[in-house]
Amino acid sequence: MTATADRTETVVIRPQQARENGVLPSRPLDHAEHRAYYGVLPDPDRLPLGELASMIGDAGVRGRGGAGFPLYRKLVSVSGAARARRIAPAIVANGCEGEPASHKDKHLLRLAPHLVLDGLVLLGRELRATRAVLAVETGAPNGPGDLVRRLREALNERDVRQDGVSIELAEVPGRFIAGESAKLVSTLDGGSGMPSHSERPVRERGVGGAPTLVQNVETVVQVALIARYGADWFRGYGTAAEPGPQLFTVYPGRRRPRVVHSAAGAALAPLIADAGPIDAVLVGGYHGSWIPAPLARHARLTEADLGVPLGAGLIAALPADRCGLAETAHIVRYLALESAGQCGPCLNGLPRIAAALEQLADPRQAARDLGLIEQVERWCGMVEGRGLCHHPDGSVRLVRSALMTFRTEIAAHRAGVCTGGDRRPLLPAPAREPVR
Amino acid sequence: MRDHAPRDLAVDWAACQGHGLCAELLPDHVTLDDWGYPIVSGPLSAAAAKRARRAVADCPALALRLKAAEHQVTNRSNPATARSAHSG
Repeated sequence: MTATADRTETVVIRPQQARENGVLPSRPLDHAEHRAYYGVLPDPDRLPLGELASMIGDAGVRGRGGAGFPLYRKLVSVSGAARARRIAPAIVANGCEGEPASHKDKHLLRLAPHLVLDGLVLLGRELRATRAVLAVETGAPNGPGDLVRRLREALNERDVRQDGVSIELAEVPGRFIAGESAKLVSTLDGGSGMPSHSERPVRERGVGGAPTLVQNVETVVQVALIARYGADWFRGYGTAAEPGPQLFTVYPGRRRPRVVHSAAGAALAPLIADAGPIDAVLVGGYHGSWIPAPLARHARLTEADLGVPLGAGLIAALPADRCGLAETAHIVRYLALESAGQCGPCLNGLPRIAAALEQLADPRQAARDLGLIEQVERWCGMVEGRGLCHHPDGSVRLVRSALMTFRTEIAAHRAGVCTGGDRRPLLPAPAREPVR
Repeated sequence: MRDHAPRDLAVDWAACQGHGLCAELLPDHVTLDDWGYPIVSGPLSAAAAKRARRAVADCPALALRLKAAEHQVTNRSNPATARSAHSG
């Protein structure tokens, strides 16, 4: 078994489902097994044009990549732009889980590749797209090219004539910001993958200039499930505002991370019940927020309860013997290096914020320089909202949440003491080759 | 293009190199951050419109733009931009 397979396991948190098969399988399924497990893909005459879109609208599907934009509205604007320009649209299923701590999309691609491909086929038919692309990270973590090889095998198992949509597999460099649709499209078109000051959004002008629907692979999978089981099945999970089953990557303290099937409105505490004493929980992702342990104990998985969107679905519990400031400094250093380096405020601000946080994380330095907090706050203000992408904004959100959540720790550091004994980083922040 | 429509300044952050000409030409609307990059606050007053057009034309990096005032650009509105004005 491969490294990722050992590190992640599926745990069923909410077993009540309209369909027994809605959950992920426990091992990768080939096409025949897939059809037995989930049921066959509804053929076009059972799903006339427009039917899938209205099911998606009824279900209230939102993008699962982080931004949470309603899928129905994206479908409408992409098909509208295509009609207006008399050009066939394109679809991209985004499997580039740039967020290093998140495993859910790779988990999905590994266990249920045909569910992703089904979703692409369905969206392709619905939009009458001429291009359907599945984008995955180059050298994704199951060993060199392994995930890509498995996906190629999955593609070869399918009957393109029956699908009516031919799917391309595209490998792109796995950079944090590569997850964003405009950058992904730029990479797919042979560009730099850098953000641009584009006047036209991807939904109007994306791959090859065509109006393009870019969706995270988990969202694409939800489409494949809704087409089979219906909008009501989907709404049987979650809350009215955030319906549907969702995958989360959970770090229960120092235990192995796992991918968990849950939904909005479920209690957060059971997900991290085995974490032991904890100090805080990072919710959403590296662009998310720290919330203090007492809040996490009673919180439900909703934006209203947590004060932050569930984003890409990361839930990381920080053990009580770790230093939240050291952890945050470690993540922000990574985020600073992930800056595309194009926009002055992000290029200049994030490394300075990271350096100040590193000083703050060291009690001796924090006690010497009592102005560090004010400096960090000031630079946060200078970085926020002043870039082409949301990287600076998301990074600032994380930093501000740390300053709030780790107030007690900050006070201790300023007095020259760190209460967390273990300073090893909990969450991954891999060094990566810069993309040229 | 209607000249009387309310306008905002926008910065193409990838192009901007922090020359700072905009802050000299429009001191009431543009200040510079710690690294010399413009912090714009809008919308532009009618009196500033002419100087703003000059600042746009004179930017060595062609990074300054005039756009319709924020409330009219609904599709690409960024909640963070509204807060950035009082940052420095």
